[in-house]
Amino acid sequence: MRSDEALTEARCALGICNACGYCNGFCDVFEAAKRRPVLTDTDLYQLANLCHHCRNCLYACQYAPPHPFAVNVPRALARARWRSYEAYAWPDSLALLFRRNVLAAPLVALAALVAVVGGLLIAVPVEQLFARYQGPGAFYRVVPLEIMILLGALPLGWSLIAMTIGLYRFWQATRPGSASLSVDALAAGLRDTLVLRNLHGGGPGCNDLDERFSHARRWLHHGLFYGFLLCLAATVAASLYHHLLGLEAPYPLLSPPVLLGTVGGLAMAVSTAGLAYVKWRADPEPTAAETLGADYGLLALLFLVAVTGLVLLGWRASAAMGLLLAVHLGSVLGLFLLLPYSKLVHAVYRFAALLGDALDRHREPRSISADQAERERT
Amino acid sequence: MQRPDVLVIGGGTAALCAAISARRTGAQVLLIEQAPSGLRGGNTRHSRNLRVMHEEPTAFSSDTYPEDDFWRDLWSATGGATDPGLARLLIRRSSDVTDWLADAGVHLQPTAGGVLPASRKTAFFLGGGKTMLNALYARAGRLGVAIRYGCAARELLLQNARVEQVKIQAEGGPQTLRPLTTVACCGGAQANRQWLRTQWGEAAEGFINRGTPFATGEVLASLLQQGAVAVGDPRGAYLVAVDARSPADDGGIVTRVRCMPAGIVVDVEGRRFHDEGVDTASTRYSAWGGLLADRPRQTGYLILDARGLRAAPPSLYPPLTARTLADLAAQLEMDPDRLQASVATYNAAVRPPAEGADPADWHTIGLHPPKSRHALTLIEPPFGAYPMRPGITFTYQGIGVDAQARVRIQAGGSAENLFAAGMIMAPNIIGRGYLSGLAITIGIVFGRIAGEEAARHALG
Ligand SMILES: Cc1cc2nc3c(=O)[nH]c(=O)nc-3n(C[C@H](O)[C@H](O)[C@H](O)COP(=O)(O)OP(=O)(O)OC[C@H]3O[C@@H](n4cnc5c(N)ncnc54)[C@H](O)[C@@H]3O)c2cc1C
Repeated sequence: MRSDEALTEARCALGICNACGYCNGFCDVFEAAKRRPVLTDTDLYQLANLCHHCRNCLYACQYAPPHPFAVNVPRALARARWRSYEAYAWPDSLALLFRRNVLAAPLVALAALVAVVGGLLIAVPVEQLFARYQGPGAFYRVVPLEIMILLGALPLGWSLIAMTIGLYRFWQATRPGSASLSVDALAAGLRDTLVLRNLHGGGPGCNDLDERFSHARRWLHHGLFYGFLLCLAATVAASLYHHLLGLEAPYPLLSPPVLLGTVGGLAMAVSTAGLAYVKWRADPEPTAAETLGADYGLLALLFLVAVTGLVLLGWRASAAMGLLLAVHLGSVLGLFLLLPYSKLVHAVYRFAALLGDALDRHREPRSISADQAERERT
Repeated sequence: MQRPDVLVIGGGTAALCAAISARRTGAQVLLIEQAPSGLRGGNTRHSRNLRVMHEEPTAFSSDTYPEDDFWRDLWSATGGATDPGLARLLIRRSSDVTDWLADAGVHLQPTAGGVLPASRKTAFFLGGGKTMLNALYARAGRLGVAIRYGCAARELLLQNARVEQVKIQAEGGPQTLRPLTTVACCGGAQANRQWLRTQWGEAAEGFINRGTPFATGEVLASLLQQGAVAVGDPRGAYLVAVDARSPADDGGIVTRVRCMPAGIVVDVEGRRFHDEGVDTASTRYSAWGGLLADRPRQTGYLILDARGLRAAPPSLYPPLTARTLADLAAQLEMDPDRLQASVATYNAAVRPPAEGADPADWHTIGLHPPKSRHALTLIEPPFGAYPMRPGITFTYQGIGVDAQARVRIQAGGSAENLFAAGMIMAPNIIGRGYLSGLAITIGIVFGRIAGEEAARHALG
């Protein structure tokens, strides 16, 4: 689908929503759309990123297919969202990766994996690679610490820069001349991001699979997100051990780095599997079929990162450690590289959209008289 | 199920409430819905709120709405065209409707969210009527109600005040059912052009049906023919002003045109015909619907200038716009001189409010008809127009029922095994006029009564 078609579809759908408004109890999108009646491209990017794809508004819609208006807001916004990733990507030339994400993302991940595993096979003599190591510094006997840090820090640094620039561009575009951030709005935006308020569907949850309400997808997302954070915490804890305490990995099973990583890895593995299952079982109607491949690919990569980490933990004392370490590092490298060029980037735009919306809400308290309310409906 | 204990005809609020109640009372229930599953649910699909009496503030409605307030509102809205016994029954039984709905899995929208207008008299469905229907269909299915889509009742055969047979049209062709009891919940006849023509003549051609195309009225006609008591006004229709470009059916809530006070309304000849400033509260839209029905080609145009265009709420179709009134008239295929003259005469008659009065009290002097409030001159280009037609919501003819929702018979008494709920019997309570949220409440309250009574009758 051409990008402008995606935006036109979203504009038509939300134009009807603005005249209807029945769904405004599900999430913040509909009131936000009312504040932006012109629905410019940037408005649509903001709204698309505010949308958490709970799908409730499709099953609630009196204009959803087979009605001739054929309103399908979740699908239209999924497409517009994807389009926004392309629009704000940095550098511009790499925006192309979003247009071919089904192909590009797996290729990048695969390349990272092959590069690390291949590099190791070439650089490290077989006896050394498949030897059993135990005790402090075991990992670094296969992959020197400096290489490991480079493998992690360089791509991560690049990705963080790219995402920061993307975020800045998005914020500049969606908040022209807006008032400065208030503490209230910041707190609200942060809270909405961390608790996923917009995935509560106004109480009953979301239409994860079909018209029935469920909280599964929200919990799975929490599992993935907080699992990921735990893994990051594990890495930070490990580097503290290394640099402050002078203790070299691998660390004992009951040490904070290993505990955090294990719990985080398990949470990520279970959640990615769960999310893929939900995606597979879900009614395809509200989703943008053309982004599904990329979604599955990304879930698979996250799953790989988590599982290889866990397997490495389990078999770190075996002869397979070297190879397992390489596979784990390769998948992590792929993930870091893809942060700004895959659906993962939604994290930053989602946060920006939530923050922006919190600002708008705090600025314009709404009030409608009861009398008007009674008159409005029939 | 050739011979269900209870046959429920219809697939909207009333039908689902009847089916669930009958099933919970222990009966075997078959529900037949004329629409295919994707378009199930009648006009309920398009609804948003319901009117409930409550003695205390609730999570869904502010303040209180006691029985007598409800009664007074109903009395004044219908101008007394209401059956007091049934109306009181409705009001009292509305008090536990939200609990019943919650128990059936329906979610209402808490006012605490801050995006709902504070409403004392009504509660809003979270996500609107279709989300409610999804929950009720799911519940009915889980309870074991058999549901057939694309299955229409064509005729009920009454003998000695008993329904002996129900002729239906299903996918496989016509069939005859012999249910022990039947509950008719199939709405009004507003989608039936033939029906409208017999009441409204040629004017019916200009009507747009706001709701479901499946409210075809065969069952209503069949029952009236066989001696069910007719209530309400056969020529009555709840008409509101809708955009003339709307689809013939099912345009729903977004087709309304609402900002008459911001401009002037002219007919196809460019003449004003009614006070646009008069605020008749909840009957405002219906006032315009009826007025349009009486105009040539059942068409009118709301004319706005740039100020009005800026103030207009979001609409399904953008207004037609032009730099000058003459160009606008050309787009409307109207005599430009007439339109310009109407606007000029109007502008010349506009006067500011008296010192210290409400700023909305701009009004006209010496103009017929006057514009009594909100009368601002139309001078700032561009000018815009919303073409409008009457949009029919429901008709005011129904069948009489008693307090058990049994269908009353002209010969006296009530049918033994025939019940009715929802719009098909609503004219017992609203003979004319309307109160927001009342239709759904009628569907729920009488659906529940009819379902329970029907099941009890069937089970002996
Ligand atoms: C745009 C719009 C907005 C509205 N908003 C509100 C609101 O906010 N609050 C409110 O109280 N009211 C509202 N109303 C009115 C309200 O929706 C209806 O009056 C109410 O839904 C009637 O419920 P019902 O169950 O009697 O009929 P319906 O919901 O209309 O259901 C009738 C059902 O019967 C089926 N049917 C018809 N004929 C047959 C047959 N021969 N055989 C089998 N099935 C048949 C139809 O397919 C349909 O499913 C609105 C109406 C419209 C058009």
